[in-house]
Amino acid sequence: MSLPLRRAVVATFLLAGLTALLPARHEEPSGKGAYARVRVGLVFDVGGRGDKSFNDAAFEGISRAARELGVTTEVLEPSGAEDREAAMRLFAARGFDLVIGVGFIFSSDVNVVSAAFPKTNFACIDYSPRPDGVIPPNVAALAFREEEGSFLVGAVAGLMTKTGHVGFVGGMDIPLIHKFEAGYRAGVHEVCPTCAVHVAYAGSTPEAFRDPVKGKALAVSQISAGADIVYHAAGTTGHGVFEAARDMGAKGIGVDSDQYDEMPGTVITSMIKRGDVAVFDTIVSVAKGEFKGGLRSFGVAEDGVGYLSEGPHAAAIPAAVKARVAELSARIARGEIKIPAR
Amino acid sequence: MSSIFSLTMVAETLRIAVPYACAAVAGVWAERSGIIQIGLEGILLTSAFVSVAVAVASGSAVLGLVAGVAAGAAFSLFHAVLVERARIDAVVSGIALNLLAFAGTRMSLRGLFGSASNSPSIEAFRFGPTGSRGVDLLARVLLDPVTILAVLATAATPFLLARTRLGLRTRAAGENPAAAAMSGVNVPRVRYTALLISGAICALGGVHLAFDQHRFESGMSNGRGFIALAAVVVSGWRAERAVLACLAFGALEALQIVLQDQANRSAGADLIQLLPYVATLLVLGFAAGRAAAPRGLGKHAD
Repeated sequence: MSLPLRRAVVATFLLAGLTALLPARHEEPSGKGAYARVRVGLVFDVGGRGDKSFNDAAFEGISRAARELGVTTEVLEPSGAEDREAAMRLFAARGFDLVIGVGFIFSSDVNVVSAAFPKTNFACIDYSPRPDGVIPPNVAALAFREEEGSFLVGAVAGLMTKTGHVGFVGGMDIPLIHKFEAGYRAGVHEVCPTCAVHVAYAGSTPEAFRDPVKGKALAVSQISAGADIVYHAAGTTGHGVFEAARDMGAKGIGVDSDQYDEMPGTVITSMIKRGDVAVFDTIVSVAKGEFKGGLRSFGVAEDGVGYLSEGPHAAAIPAAVKARVAELSARIARGEIKIPAR
Repeated sequence: MSSIFSLTMVAETLRIAVPYACAAVAGVWAERSGIIQIGLEGILLTSAFVSVAVAVASGSAVLGLVAGVAAGAAFSLFHAVLVERARIDAVVSGIALNLLAFAGTRMSLRGLFGSASNSPSIEAFRFGPTGSRGVDLLARVLLDPVTILAVLATAATPFLLARTRLGLRTRAAGENPAAAAMSGVNVPRVRYTALLISGAICALGGVHLAFDQHRFESGMSNGRGFIALAAVVVSGWRAERAVLACLAFGALEALQIVLQDQANRSAGADLIQLLPYVATLLVLGFAAGRAAAPRGLGKHAD
């Protein structure tokens, strides 16, 4: 092999190796406000930025903090499991004031990194505590009662189905996603005791949250079996659910954020989980020096979960349905309806 | 049980099998010419990404398709040049190209669309009726231009390999490159041609993946290139059998999904999800002893 060719080959391989290690970094312009010295790092979950769902909600929270408080923010999208802890560690080692992990998948990483950096504040959305239930003192565990929001969209589906069949597509088969399923099922049966709920999960690894091909196949199966409304709690896998619903003339219900724009005309409403509020509130507490570790739970009563019922993106829902669901929502907020979480 | 034997199942099987079948046929082309090709996964990813990026930029799905196929062919040719001219070990080159494709698509996504995970949606192709009946599903699958091209390419491959001058030379280069060179065949050139064809066919699978979802997502090939490689080995490097293996895998995958819904999260649900993989293992186990690789696989003419 000639020398230039050999050099070219070596360069190619080095490049291949380098790009694999490089986390996709992104620096927001640093703020000019009173809190410009407060630095916040956020690490995305599988699915990543642009999932129009969970991760984008968190991003909206940190962007709002940058806009309104002028804090300095930076985000990382890890490409795999091995990068998650490294990304959090990177922020902590650089002296960031708050490091946020988006998703239950960070729970064990947060435990490890928060012990190594006891002076740094951490927050983890959907944090799932260790079996002994101990949360490290410098970790804010942000939890949502997703079953309540899922109950509401379940009621919408139960009231609007014409076939008496509705579907649910979950991402990874874990207790967190079972909460969505249980709430949805309870909501459907609250308003339509005879309705059948078809349930499927995309898999048992985190990859199940970004497998739209599988999501489409699962939804095709459910819609073929008669379902005319399908709700998903599956990250970008849900995009495949909407693809199937659009092709087959069925309807979809989004999750975590307003997902109308994912498939206009197909997505009739979305279960809203205010990850943006949780992230923003936590950043405010850090900026003001009032950060406290421990569990914070957001439900219907705290306006932390709900469903999209207003504006043009919810125009497909009849007024009578909205009224009935609003009444259910008020009863949940008062604690009058007990919703199963599993 | 009616949902197991239905047009819906046929349509889903076909839709799921297309990327596998394209990659497997591509593997047959490459390896019958004597070049070990474990970079199919990288070609799927690269072509999926390029097709979406060009479709977004130009607003034309046809241009996206053409660009995706061209990118796949170029990527495959690059592998051939590394192996034939630079004499890099083909396994090492394949691994490097897979890494490059995975990381490169993420980097380009970030650069172009501000997210390392997802691209914006594209229009792609939408032909056929809207509806939830099996016949509607099947019509949509059969009218999809990428699927039609993929079927044509996979159907033509056995004939091209067996009956044409190009096919004969390709097989000669793969069986005994030294003898082929002696009888006047330009082995490197034959291999470049075979890898160009291989890359283009594999790229159809990648474009199908992306266009079926109307967007690109990081890592969306999800190991399909490797399962296709297993199909190549199981089939004894014969295109028609490799396609059958991929169709069987697609059918099992579709069946697994229907059964999961019918089981409705009863005890068997987890086991059912294993079905396609268990079947792959079983077939591998039975076929392992009988498969014969091209004798010149991984050898050079000189």
